[in-house]
Amino acid sequence: MKVSIKVNGTLYEREVEPRMLLVHFLREELGLTGTNVGCDTSQCGACNVHLNGQLVKSCTCLAVQADGGEVTTIEGLKSNGHLHPMQEAFWEKHGLQCGFCTPGMIMTSVALLQSNPHPTDEEIRHGLEGNLCRCTGYQNIVAAVKAAAGTK
Amino acid sequence: MYPSNFDYQRAASVADAIQKGSSDGAKFLAGGHSLLPALKLRLNEPESLVDIARLDALKGISVTGSSVRIGALATHAQIAGSADVKKHAPALASACGQVGDPAVRNRGTLGGNLAHTDPASDPPTVVLALGGKLHLQGSGGNRVVAAEDFFLDLFTTDLHPGELITAVEIPSIGQAKSAYAKMAHPASRYAVVGVCVVLEVSGGKCSKARVAVGGATPKATLSAAAANALVGSSLDTAALDAAAQALSADLSDVMGDVYAPEDYRRAMAGVYLKRAVRAAMG
Ligand SMILES: Cc1cc2nc3c(=O)[nH]c(=O)nc-3n(C[C@H](O)[C@H](O)[C@H](O)COP(=O)(O)OP(=O)(O)OC[C@H]3O[C@@H](n4cnc5c(N)ncnc54)[C@H](O)[C@@H]3O)c2cc1C
Ligand code: FES
Ligand code: FES
Repeated sequence: MKVSIKVNGTLYEREVEPRMLLVHFLREELGLTGTNVGCDTSQCGACNVHLNGQLVKSCTCLAVQADGGEVTTIEGLKSNGHLHPMQEAFWEKHGLQCGFCTPGMIMTSVALLQSNPHPTDEEIRHGLEGNLCRCTGYQNIVAAVKAAAGTK
Repeated sequence: MYPSNFDYQRAASVADAIQKGSSDGAKFLAGGHSLLPALKLRLNEPESLVDIARLDALKGISVTGSSVRIGALATHAQIAGSADVKKHAPALASACGQVGDPAVRNRGTLGGNLAHTDPASDPPTVVLALGGKLHLQGSGGNRVVAAEDFFLDLFTTDLHPGELITAVEIPSIGQAKSAYAKMAHPASRYAVVGVCVVLEVSGGKCSKARVAVGGATPKATLSAAAANALVGSSLDTAALDAAAQALSADLSDVMGDVYAPEDYRRAMAGVYLKRAVRAAMG
């Protein structure tokens, strides 16, 4: 089936099998390998992207479901050669170690601040409930989100 | 991890969806948050998926008379954020706000959740406690089924092949109090135990009660014994203890797994009943 999906501002048209997951469309068709696959069970959030302005797990969405839509991935966050403030904050606050969960964490955190610009610690932790990190213990991730929100 | 091959068709209208969904091996696709995880693990291999997600007729939340009508495609996030649902069915708004995580709530729909009837789901328990009705449409016409008669067993409902849930109607809570209390699995966030209570209170005494349990049981289940233990009481500690005991004793079929064995879930059902009553009376 033919799909047209705008990714990070560029429209792509591709012929795909209906069973192709959006994450594989991004990684294998478009070579955007910043979006990771961390589980088989839709639980880890490593694959989180924004679809039509909403946070979604790209491993739990078919490319054909996203047809006609607009996707933003971690590669699309920077502007004019500058990292997104959330990316800067993760860097500053050491919100990552191996980095595998980081693209998903950042996409989730950006969506969180869009709906709640000044979250409490508790709201940040609840907001990140669907993102698993095996390295950091989350402490510095929460600190990064707070820093990006300017609520240090 | 790919699903096996299937045909994909996008429904153009409700009638078109019903026609396409009635063919052998066809399944409706709404938010995909129960279906796609199953397809990825190849627990389910349908021949075709009929995508209903773009049907505007199944969207939206509105108040008509003394009930709130929630389109089958309303997402958990939309329901949790709806002023109408918060006012007329606050326990449902609260339960939908506790489903999974933010990304799950953005995609998963009420209709898909009720049709799938995962025993660990939250909304069936609340829709049952609130006395909700499901509006169904199929090749045989339209019908309305009360939640009591809709949930039949583990992953089993009264839906006929090719039949769609179009909307869910919940009578307004009015002056009654309600709450949903959930013990979430730490990894998946699904309900290990979930209890919803609806209480009418006058002159400091509980005059009417409805108690529903999910998570622990194969399907969302009403407990008349627990409700009876609350009615007539002032919802004091002794009454809550009695109701918790009545609930644990009343559940004939409790599930268990490595995370939470049967006797633990049975005990937690009582504990979460007390929490739900206290939250309702807040
Ligand atoms: C990581 C994760 C965590 C989750 N945690 C929770 C949780 O804590 N609590 C909870 O309650 N749920 C949880 N869920 C499940 C979630 O709520 C699902 O979204 C929901 O159960 C299914 O809705 P859907 O729209 O995604 O349905 P789909 O997956 O699209 O469909 C599910 C089934 O219903 C059928 N169907 C869909 N719509 C209709 C309709 N209108 N009429 C008739 N049949 C229909 C489909 O054919 C399919 O058989 C979780 C899911 C995930 C992936
Ligand atoms: S890869 Fe999507 S949730 Fe784990
Ligand atoms: S930094 Fe390694 S998984 Fe999070």
